[in-house]
Parts: sequence; C-alpha cells; structure tokens
Amino acid sequence: MSDLPPMLVALPILGAVATMLVGLVRSETGWPVAVLTSVLQVGAAGVLARGALRHGPVRYAVGGFAAPYGIELVVDGLSATMALLVASVALGVLAYARKAGPRSNPFYATYLLLVGGLTGISVTGDVFNMYVFLEISGLATYALVASGDRGESALAALKYLLVGTFGASLFLLGIGYAYVATGTLNMADLSAQLAEAGHTTPLVVAAFSLMVVGLFVKVAVFPLHAWQPTAYAGAPDTVSGLISALVSTVAAYALIRIVFTVFTVDFLHANPSAWRVLVAGSVASIVTGSLLAVSQSEIKRMLAYSSVSQFGLIVGAVAVANVTALTGAAIHLVGHAVMKGGLFLTTGTVAGETGARTVDDYGGLAKRFPAGSGVFGILAFALVGVPPAVGFVGKLYIVLGAIEAGAWLLASVIVGSTLLTLAYVARLVERMFFWEPEGEGRGDGGDGAKSASVLDEATGGEPGGASRGMKAAVLAAAVVAVVLGAAAFGYGQLIEPTILRLVS
Amino acid sequence: MDLLVSRFHYLVAFFLMGVGTFVMIGDRNLVKKVIGLNVFQTGIFLFFIVSGYVEGASPPLLTAPSPYVSPVPHVLILTAIVVGVSLTAVSLGLIVRIYRVYGTLDEALIREVRGDE
Repeated sequence: MSDLPPMLVALPILGAVATMLVGLVRSETGWPVAVLTSVLQVGAAGVLARGALRHGPVRYAVGGFAAPYGIELVVDGLSATMALLVASVALGVLAYARKAGPRSNPFYATYLLLVGGLTGISVTGDVFNMYVFLEISGLATYALVASGDRGESALAALKYLLVGTFGASLFLLGIGYAYVATGTLNMADLSAQLAEAGHTTPLVVAAFSLMVVGLFVKVAVFPLHAWQPTAYAGAPDTVSGLISALVSTVAAYALIRIVFTVFTVDFLHANPSAWRVLVAGSVASIVTGSLLAVSQSEIKRMLAYSSVSQFGLIVGAVAVANVTALTGAAIHLVGHAVMKGGLFLTTGTVAGETGARTVDDYGGLAKRFPAGSGVFGILAFALVGVPPAVGFVGKLYIVLGAIEAGAWLLASVIVGSTLLTLAYVARLVERMFFWEPEGEGRGDGGDGAKSASVLDEATGGEPGGASRGMKAAVLAAAVVAVVLGAAAFGYGQLIEPTILRLVS
Repeated sequence: MDLLVSRFHYLVAFFLMGVGTFVMIGDRNLVKKVIGLNVFQTGIFLFFIVSGYVEGASPPLLTAPSPYVSPVPHVLILTAIVVGVSLTAVSLGLIVRIYRVYGTLDEALIREVRGDE
C-alpha cells in the first residue's frame, strides 16, 4: 500500500517490457497487454488520488535513502490528479487505437513508456529525477510521432526532437545553476535553500529563467511553439489524440511545480521581471495561438494552434499566482486534456468515415456524419467555454483569480480569448451544420482526393472504417467534458488545501 | 583577469554550448544538426562536472583525506549521458527514414521537395 507511488511509475514500464516480450512470441498482440496495464494503472492512480486528496501528501523515499540525499516521490492532490488523468486518457485512447492502429507491439511498448514517463514527472519530488522523466517521455513521444508511415511523420518527429531536447537541456542547465547555488536537488529542500541563498542573486534568477524557458519549450508557449503543430499534424491520429491531451499538460504541471514548489511565490514577488516574463508568455500565446488557429486550413493544425492559446491560459494562471487562479489551472489542465484529446480523436473518426481533413472538407459534414459532427460541436463549444462544460469552469476560475489579484490586463485578454476561440470554432461549426455538402464522391471516400490518400497513409485503414471503439472513445470524451463541468466545482474545493500549500 | 583564469572551465563549457547551438540552428544538414545538439549537451555536461571539482581535492572515498570532490554532479551526468546517447540513436534512426523518403539530408532541399510551408 505504502509502495504505491513507485509502483505507479514502474507498472507501465514493466508493461512496456511485457509487451515487447509477448511480441517475440506473436506479433500484433500488444493491445490486450496495454489495456490490462492501463486498467491496473487507473486503479492504482485512483486509490492514490483518493488518499492524497483526502489525507494530504504521500511521501516515499526511493530505496530507503532519506529525503535531501535520496530521491523522494511526493504525491499531493495535484500530482495525483495528473497521474489519474494520464492513466485514464491513456486507457480511453487505447479504446480508439484498437482499430485505428498502429498495431505493432513496439508501438504499444512505446505508448506505455510514455505513460510511465509522464506519471514519473507527476509524482517525483526531485528536480533531476524530473529531468530524466521529462526526457523519457520526450523520447517516447518522438518515437510515437514517427510511428506513422509517412516521411512527414519522421520529419516532424526530428524537428520535435531537436527543439524538445534543446528545451530539456536548458532545464538541465537550470538545475545545474540551482545545484551550484544550493547543493541540493530535492524540491522541498531546494525551496528552503534557494530562499536562504537569496531570491534576487543572479545565480538563482538565472536558474529560474533557464528552467522556465526550458519548460516553455515543452509546453509550447508562443515564441517556442513551432514544433507543436508540425508534430500534432504529422503524427497518426491515435498519437495526436494522446500527446495533445497529455504531453504539454504534464509539462505545464511541471511548470507549476517548479515555479511554486521550488521557487515559491516569494520569488515571484522579489523578481517582478520574472513575473513579467510569465505574463508576456501567456498573453503572446493566447493571442497569437488563436490568430494562427483561425488562419489554418487543416483541422489538426488548427487544433494544435488552439492548444498554444489554451496553454497561454495556464501560464497566465501561474503568473496570477493565487489560489483561485491555480485551482482554475488544475481544472483547465484536466478539462483541456479531455476536450483536446477528444477533438483530435473525433478528427480521426471523421476522417475514417468521410475522408474529410480540411476546413473546406467539413462543409455540410452534419448531413454525411451527424453523430461525428455532433460530438465535434459539443467538444468545440466546451473548448470555447460555453457552460456547463468543463472549459467554462476552468476559465471562470482563472479570470476570477486574475481579477482578485488586480491583473486587469490578463483578465481582459483571457475574456477576449474566448471570443478568439469562438472565431475559429464558429467558422468550422457553421460549415459543418449549415453548408451543403460540396462535390460528389467525397462521401464514399473522396476517390483520388488528396485528403483520402493522406488518410490512408495516416491510419492504414480505408475510409468508412471508423470502428465502434473509435466512436465510443470520442463519445465518452464529449460526455466527460460536459459531466466534468458539473463535477469541477466540487473538485475545486477538494484540491483547495493542495493549492493553498502550493502558494503559501 | 585572475577570475577568468581560475574559471576558464566555465568559459569552455559555455563556448561549447554556443558552438552547439550555432551548428544546430545554422547548418542545413540534418546529421550536423544532431552533432550540434550533442556538442551543446556536452557543454552542459562539462558545466556540471566542473561545478563539482575542487582544486587539489581527493576522490570521495572514506580512506582518502579531505577535502573531497563532490560526486553528485558526476553521477547526474552519467545519467544525462545515457539520455543523450538514446536521443542520438533515435534521431539517427529518424534521419535514416527521412533519407529513404526524400533522398537527401539537406533541410532546404527537403522543404523544396515537399513544396509547402
């Protein structure tokens, strides 16, 4: 029972090894192993989350080495939420992946490795350990992005690898600075020692800047976002669903952890320029991400740029740095993962049914594939922040937090961003529901059309091949996005003690 | 000046990082970009190693006389080197695939072949 935190990390990694071993006996057997591992993972994360949210943080010294010297795993309400989110989304995407593929065993092994890496980032209490898990999940993501058959996937993965590794290396350099300043790597110990070393000394400020900029790359905050649309659009649909939901989300969690657990709110108060960097990154991401999303013609690229803008909101909440805004950030991280992952999977399902992949293809989609259009519409409006969906609750908390802190610029940008989000969502929804289907032959797979050929390569299946599992996964995402909206206020109260501990 | 001489390891570390970044951004050849990334990481490794070094100190063994060299950065960098090797392996694998599809390693030529963006 008390060994649950390390098991949470070890389980998916062992599952990955098992998947490879089973693959030696018989190929294309990875799916059941991955499902079994994910179910166990959801259970373990659920038990841990209940304990952490009810009774406060769970601490575990790895290998029995006590805290400041050994590696410590710390599971508080926020980490438990992330671990549970990672496990559940991974399970949901697996339902989708059964038919949509890729089906090889190495794919599922990498998939589980990614789950292990992301869970590791969520539960670790040691900065260097966090770097290692950041790289493990990074490596798994690069491999997953490249798992499509097309040359474009490999190119997108390489670009992601170069930029992502550069970001992680900056993070590592930041750890080096912090280590030189304090001589410790444990997060709790670091926060005390950094305060002692002086929050305004150049060494500490440099450590903060390097770590935050490194994580900005991983989160895809505006000027450092260039890898993200290419990677999301170049990856197979299953993979875009998984990584859009989880990878940037967990990186944003890491940002919250570094800023508040390691450097603390006092650091932000002592260094207004650090605060200004966060605000600038947030505002630039929100505005530019939305504007770029409006101008895209490919659906997956549009959704990718929309992620840039949504994570601007999270960074904004970090800059506001009060309980209300950070509760909003926690809710929005979960909500965005469900909504965006669901939207990417819906895109894949729609492409499977009709071959539509661009904004123009979506004209009159409601007549050809009503269920898919309905789900897409629900998720898209949830993303805009239409109540009662979860997108509304997250944004509400963040805006209220910003007003509470007197950050009027940020509050107005966030409210304005809702209009910008509406701009690209409404454009699409209008086409889907109120336009006549254009051209013939698209319905039966768009024979010879570019979209269909792209699809064949991307999913390895033929149009009309959206399986029941795929449809069930996207439907579940839509339902969860709405239901979570109702549950979010209760969750907000549940996580408040954790957030209070974070900002005090 | 005295400071420069006593701290020149750090200068070398940052010089390596600069060179690596420059190659990674400036070169059109994909393999050289990966080499640039490696050089950049090596700079960071050197930074860590140097930070643990104490002039004239002995290795951290109970039998050796103090002062000791700090062993922690060395251990960290062992891990980081393993990460770096895996990254290089993955990136080279990707480059092999890219070369098979496009028949070139020149970034600009690939962009031309794809004809978009």
